[in-house]
Amino acid sequence: MMNTYAVRVIYKYEMLRAWDTIMQSFASPVISTILYFVVFGSAIGSRIETVEGVSYGAFIVPGLMMLALLTQSVSNASFGIYFPRFTGTMYEVLSAPISFAEILLGYVGAAATKSFIIGVIILITAGLFVELKIAHPIWMLGFLVLTCISFSLLGFIIGLWANSFEQLQLIPMLVITPLVFLGGSFYTIDMLPPVWQTVSLFNPVVYLVSGFRWSFYEVSDVSIQLSLFMVLLFSAVCLATVWWMFKTGYRLKQ
Amino acid sequence: MNPIISVSNLSKVYSNGYRALNNVSLDFHSGEILALLGPNGAGKTTLISIICGIVNPSEGSVTVGGHDIIDDYRITRSLIGLVPQELTLSMFVTVWNTVCFSRGLFGKKPNPAYLEQLLKDLSLWDKKDSDILTLSGGMKRRVLIAKALSHEPSILFLDEPTAGVDVELRKDMWNLVDKLRQSGVTIILTTHYIEEAEEIADRVGVISKGELIVVDDKEALKHKLGKRQMMIELENAIDKIPDLLSSWDLELSAEGNQLTYTYDTYSTQTGIAELLRAVDGAGLQLKDVNTSQSSLEDIFINIVNTPLHTR
Ligand SMILES: Nc1ncnc2c1ncn2[C@@H]1O[C@H](COP(=O)(O)OP(=O)(O)O)[C@@H](O)[C@H]1O
Ligand SMILES: [Mg+2]
Repeated sequence: MMNTYAVRVIYKYEMLRAWDTIMQSFASPVISTILYFVVFGSAIGSRIETVEGVSYGAFIVPGLMMLALLTQSVSNASFGIYFPRFTGTMYEVLSAPISFAEILLGYVGAAATKSFIIGVIILITAGLFVELKIAHPIWMLGFLVLTCISFSLLGFIIGLWANSFEQLQLIPMLVITPLVFLGGSFYTIDMLPPVWQTVSLFNPVVYLVSGFRWSFYEVSDVSIQLSLFMVLLFSAVCLATVWWMFKTGYRLKQ
Repeated sequence: MNPIISVSNLSKVYSNGYRALNNVSLDFHSGEILALLGPNGAGKTTLISIICGIVNPSEGSVTVGGHDIIDDYRITRSLIGLVPQELTLSMFVTVWNTVCFSRGLFGKKPNPAYLEQLLKDLSLWDKKDSDILTLSGGMKRRVLIAKALSHEPSILFLDEPTAGVDVELRKDMWNLVDKLRQSGVTIILTTHYIEEAEEIADRVGVISKGELIVVDDKEALKHKLGKRQMMIELENAIDKIPDLLSSWDLELSAEGNQLTYTYDTYSTQTGIAELLRAVDGAGLQLKDVNTSQSSLEDIFINIVNTPLHTR
């Protein structure tokens, strides 16, 4: 029998925490995305008129959303679970009649919801600057939700693994941001020299951005099926890792 | 009567190889107040943490209300409330929200009336909308107690509840403990203050170096392990203990008017009657006779300093 009250309170108070720090939680990712949008869109957009028939300003919207979604999912989820470990309040969750799956549902659910809200706000904001077209809204929504969940899972893993605030910042800074910048957020892969095109295929973010952009403009670097497969694979790997961490009590239980 | 908690052959070896608990077996009776007494590092917190599900046991098993703490963790954990040793609280949450969180976490549906009464009992009601951050240390400790009781547990663990706590909170806390006990809650507290155990516990368990050395009723323990002293006041002072009395372990006071006889209450032959007769036979005049019993503190020091094999 599931402890639904527990999942609900974890979810609720994680969301409440975001609301208390609303500027940091929602406004700052949105503002920085608008800055990217203005700088990239106007500076580069004045030279590149269109990419495969899409205006450059509109072309970068899916990539910008992905940049925000990935960094926000990881930082929200990692902070959400690291903080109670750091302050020692984790004792209460561990002593509660709650399963690991329920802990995961509460924390990752809240982190993914926050990212989803940020994604939607960015989308609406972008719509004020450029003319957006969403060719496949269901696919778009699907990619949005899957990305929020899978990268919140990744954040959860990082939050369990980290033993200091430095380590907590390390992966988002050294891994996530470069991968997104090199993942075709601001260009198509075939604009790159051949060597870099091959290298890019090892970057999981390429598949995400490509699939997501396809759902908007039907323009993609790789096939949509491959994109979907890669996102699902990534989610499965994260889930398996979390499962192993819980099974062994990794960094949670002595 | 079935024990409410039964600990069997429990051992804990931490990942660094340190053996914090060694083959501990102990039953807790329903409705009692049991004090776990032991110096710092004895393993008290480790024992509690295992029962509550925070630390994994290395060997042995624990049942709570007849249910295994690992197989039936949902049942056992919902019966238990824990007030931890450290002031571990989220700082940017209000008192009201944190107790609502705790109650929900333990799977209970909201009950604002119960939580209101709880906060009032703990003199926290007027602080309910304050952030934890703004509270004093004593107030934070009260919040921890409120969180532990938020889901109406039938077993309450208090880990060093009075370490660094002011007199007022101590008084409030013992009042609350009294009230809880009357409603049938089993209370287990750890302490290294003997007076505390002596004051409120029904039973006392002594833990040292990861081993449970003794557990018994407070009075029985005093009786069993305590030393008694008999003070014999004399009408006339003497210079030395008469030869006739040399076979007893006697001490003469500096003024020469009091003899002190120390004996173990658990030895079958205390020799008191013979001693009194011998005192008479030596021609000494009795003025008064008193006995005193050692406190738990004396017993404790006695036990913990005694090497295990001599007992
Ligand atoms: N996580 C841990 N890793 C290694 N050793 C530990 C850990 N927690 C406690 N200990 C050690 O186990 C012993 C018992 O600790 P504890 O149960 O906290 O004692 P008490 O509560 O009686 O003071 C101590 O020596 C302590 O240093
Ligand atoms: Mg302790």
